[in-house]
Amino acid sequence: MNLLTVSGSPHIHGNQNVNKIMWQVVLAMIPAMLVSFWYFGLSSIVLTFIAIIGAICVEYLISKFILKTPPTIHDGSAVITAILLAFNVPSSTPWWQMLIGITFAIAIAKMTYGGLGKNPFNPALAGRVFMLISFPVDMTTWPKPGLPFNTMNFAVDGLTGPTSLGIVKEGLAKGDTMAQVTSQLPDYGQMFMGQIGGSLGEVSAAALILGGLFLLVRKVITWHIPVSFLLSAFVFAGILYLVDPTQYIDPVFHLLAGGMMLGAFFMATDMVTSPMSVKGQILFGVGCGVLTILIRVWGAYPEGVSFAILIMNAFTPLINKGFKPKSFGR
Amino acid sequence: MLKTFKIGGAHPEESKYSANSAIEVIEAPATVYVMMNQNLGAPSVPVVAKGDKVKTGQLIAKGEAFISAAVHSPVSGVVEKIDAWTDASGYRKPVVIITREGDEWAEGIDTSDTLVKEIKASKEEIIDIIKNSGIVGLGGATFPTHVKMAVPQGEIAEYLIINAVECEPYLTSDHRLMLEKGEEILIGVQILMKALNVTKAIIGIENNKTDAIDHLTGIAKNYPGIAVQGLTVKYPQGAEKQLIAAVLNRQVPSGKLPIEVGCVVQNVGTTFAVYEAVQKNKPLVERIVTVTGKKVSKPSNFKVRIGTPVSLLIEKAGGIPEGSGKVINGGPMMGKAMINMDVPVTKGTSGLVIFDEKESKRPVVANCIRCARCTMVCPMGLQPFLLAGAMEHDNVELVEKNHVMDCMECGTCHYTCPSNRPLLDMLRLGKSKVGEIIRSRKN
Amino acid sequence: MNTIILAVIVLSAVGLVFAIIIYGVDLKFQVFEDPKIDVVAEFLPGANCGGCGYAGCRNFAEAIVKAGNMDSLFCPVGGNAIVKDISAALGIEAVERAPQVAVIRCNGSLANAPQKIKYDGVQKCSFAHSLSSGETGCPNGCLGLGDCVESCQFDAMYMDKATGLPIIIEDKCTSCGACVKSCPRKIIELRNKGPKSKRIFVSCVNTEKGVLSKKNCAVACIGCGKCVKSCPHDAITLVNNLAYINFEKCKLCRKCVTECPTTAIWEINFPARKAETAATENENSVN
Repeated sequence: MNLLTVSGSPHIHGNQNVNKIMWQVVLAMIPAMLVSFWYFGLSSIVLTFIAIIGAICVEYLISKFILKTPPTIHDGSAVITAILLAFNVPSSTPWWQMLIGITFAIAIAKMTYGGLGKNPFNPALAGRVFMLISFPVDMTTWPKPGLPFNTMNFAVDGLTGPTSLGIVKEGLAKGDTMAQVTSQLPDYGQMFMGQIGGSLGEVSAAALILGGLFLLVRKVITWHIPVSFLLSAFVFAGILYLVDPTQYIDPVFHLLAGGMMLGAFFMATDMVTSPMSVKGQILFGVGCGVLTILIRVWGAYPEGVSFAILIMNAFTPLINKGFKPKSFGR
Repeated sequence: MLKTFKIGGAHPEESKYSANSAIEVIEAPATVYVMMNQNLGAPSVPVVAKGDKVKTGQLIAKGEAFISAAVHSPVSGVVEKIDAWTDASGYRKPVVIITREGDEWAEGIDTSDTLVKEIKASKEEIIDIIKNSGIVGLGGATFPTHVKMAVPQGEIAEYLIINAVECEPYLTSDHRLMLEKGEEILIGVQILMKALNVTKAIIGIENNKTDAIDHLTGIAKNYPGIAVQGLTVKYPQGAEKQLIAAVLNRQVPSGKLPIEVGCVVQNVGTTFAVYEAVQKNKPLVERIVTVTGKKVSKPSNFKVRIGTPVSLLIEKAGGIPEGSGKVINGGPMMGKAMINMDVPVTKGTSGLVIFDEKESKRPVVANCIRCARCTMVCPMGLQPFLLAGAMEHDNVELVEKNHVMDCMECGTCHYTCPSNRPLLDMLRLGKSKVGEIIRSRKN
Repeated sequence: MNTIILAVIVLSAVGLVFAIIIYGVDLKFQVFEDPKIDVVAEFLPGANCGGCGYAGCRNFAEAIVKAGNMDSLFCPVGGNAIVKDISAALGIEAVERAPQVAVIRCNGSLANAPQKIKYDGVQKCSFAHSLSSGETGCPNGCLGLGDCVESCQFDAMYMDKATGLPIIIEDKCTSCGACVKSCPRKIIELRNKGPKSKRIFVSCVNTEKGVLSKKNCAVACIGCGKCVKSCPHDAITLVNNLAYINFEKCKLCRKCVTECPTTAIWEINFPARKAETAATENENSVN
């Protein structure tokens, strides 16, 4: 008979593992991916593809040759970062900018800290902000949706336009009345399904909510962060709307516009960069929601989700220190 | 209505392959190896010498310290030698080796199966009998029962709680004991109630043993004050603090004993041993051991004498399966992996679980992904990721401040971690280091 | 133009004010340090290994200056060379010590002590030791997981893959004692390096009776006592079934090495024996 194995207890293991968690998140993002392929066509497919291949190559090369640890590309976390970053860019982004962005996201925002589990900031958001600062024009040119599988690049006059949030911000800044602004906006139905301008992944609230529900049912994420994020944003925007409906747009618009759904279900819930306790997670969600509305209403940018989440990521270690779970017998 | 504890917990696969195997008696072997340290606390001191003739049930070692227990001979025969023998971990510990000759029981011991209902012993006599019978907690912790039964001055016991939870996967010895010796167990509960001067007893049973719940509920109708409480299946409900929280919704304060909330908890196997000791004058010389595993041909529950080599039990269960990789003494969550099969059965051996090669290997370790699942499942409300991470960097102060000494080493965190991190190993290291510091502070 | 000049003046004034404040604070809160500490610290190797028992080289220098002598203060890394330098610089008497080296007192290699179980867990000696007696069955033997190699700050150790035992590179070992502390079974010892680096020691720390130790390992010390009887200098003692050679008393005559029936005693850096006694030479002579 073979030698007996001796190890410390416990001797059995649950069936959860990192691969399962990560690939389920990828699965949850597929509805939004399909919507982006449908509305934005070939360029969307190409950009997503470049992001995924780029992420896998960068992570593999760095872990094998620089960190000299066994490569972990099979766990799916690089693919998640790639798809999330692709979700955050316009479909007219040049392929080489996508490559630079994903390289920054994986190499700088994740691998320099030691790989999965050690990064303080969400790598996809860090990559997105890096691209925004480096390529401001390309990153704020939003092709209009609806011409599937046609040409590669939509950055032609007449076929691009501001996003819904952009319309609101620029309109109010120009001095238009709220009525004039809202007449230019797409209706809620279009915003829910995704037939609007925006980055690849953020347009369809329906697809994102579907993915989010899948994750909740499979217990990959808990409800605390998405609900507190969306609820606090809704309440804050609602208060502003009630105070002055001519200055502030209604809260339902805020929920459906921009990256709110994407951020609440997929970005803020990133386990590595969010707090570990329930109370901490709720505080995190509330912070994200409030900051998003603040930046959207009073900030220089029309969209605030990325920055709000990154700012709250910075507070996560402090939140972890402040909120401990309920001890037994104390 | 099923109850359970609120904080943490997980549900491993139950794998109760031997649940339907009636208890089989294994004859006493030719040689028994009676370890001198079969309980928590100080080892027992032999009172026999090489060459002495002994009868079954005769005292062979005394418990001299406050927390210690007596040990009785499991067979009749001659003391071969007083030496050392390897225990489950491979380190040699003191043992008394006895060669069997016949099976003559010591004077006054009733070995029949007749039920003795009337409890003649008084409250004080009961605890003395328990002490002299060498009874320790048979759930696996092996804490000397007479010490647990001695309620300290100023404390009053309100409830006796019987731990029939058996939350460890694979193990079924308590289950079979309840089905086959239910009435004896209830008499045992009455004896314990008398000794503690309580009028209320609750038997906690998990809901994967509905036949036992029904059986005992039926018998308990004739025993006033004894209630049977069904519990949702959740690990580690068999831990006494979690059991008290489940049954009475009271939390034992950190660092204190259950008597602090008016409870005394005893395992159902221990209760049966108390019945035998008080009603039949029979000391603790045998126990029920489950032998099980996915590939074991005959998963069984055996009644064996203490000191029987484990290899004999495995043989009777169909032999060690081809391609086995690990033999666990106890359950798969908290048991010890054995180094060989010459190790003898002790008072704390609740079962033997045999794994094949594939089940024996630990999965590959990955980075902590900060998912907080370990924190969500910890029944003591600790943060295993924080404690394990601190131990990797030798930060003993942080570990002490975050209550590592509350950890009961149940292994739920390690079981749940998606990255397969060795959380319990780190926690054990943390506990031993902090324990050392606390001891040196006292001096 | 005026704004530039104004800006320069204002910034210079602010700078000057802060400079004065900083100077004043430095004067008021200056920590007096004995200049001798700097002198001593110059000579120290700067490795901050803790081998001296102090928290870093500067702490050690402070201790010397405070004590005024080097009686119980010794830096194993710098050794006798710096003892001379420091005692000369401070004008104090100092005694040199015999150079030492770390020695692995176990020869339970994969060949000598066959594997009886597989250890699967955290690959550190401290964990393996607390879990079981080890893969060979010998409760005192080397576990081969390299806690000692990891503790060495001078790159003087490596694990020999063929034997599963650690190897100490003599020339790099500074006898700082880190590996000694790291071994949970106290297998490593600091012994005198010996004249021309020659030394003899019992390569076993097993305290079980001979019958048991031989069962687990072919080259264990069985406590037979032949070495004790053979030693003309009374350097060997037998306690708990284990022989121990006192390196202060050992005169390196090598009689014990040939007497040992299990070849548990090692001789290091000796020349090959002469022809008549070549028959008694054993594999444990490392030249």
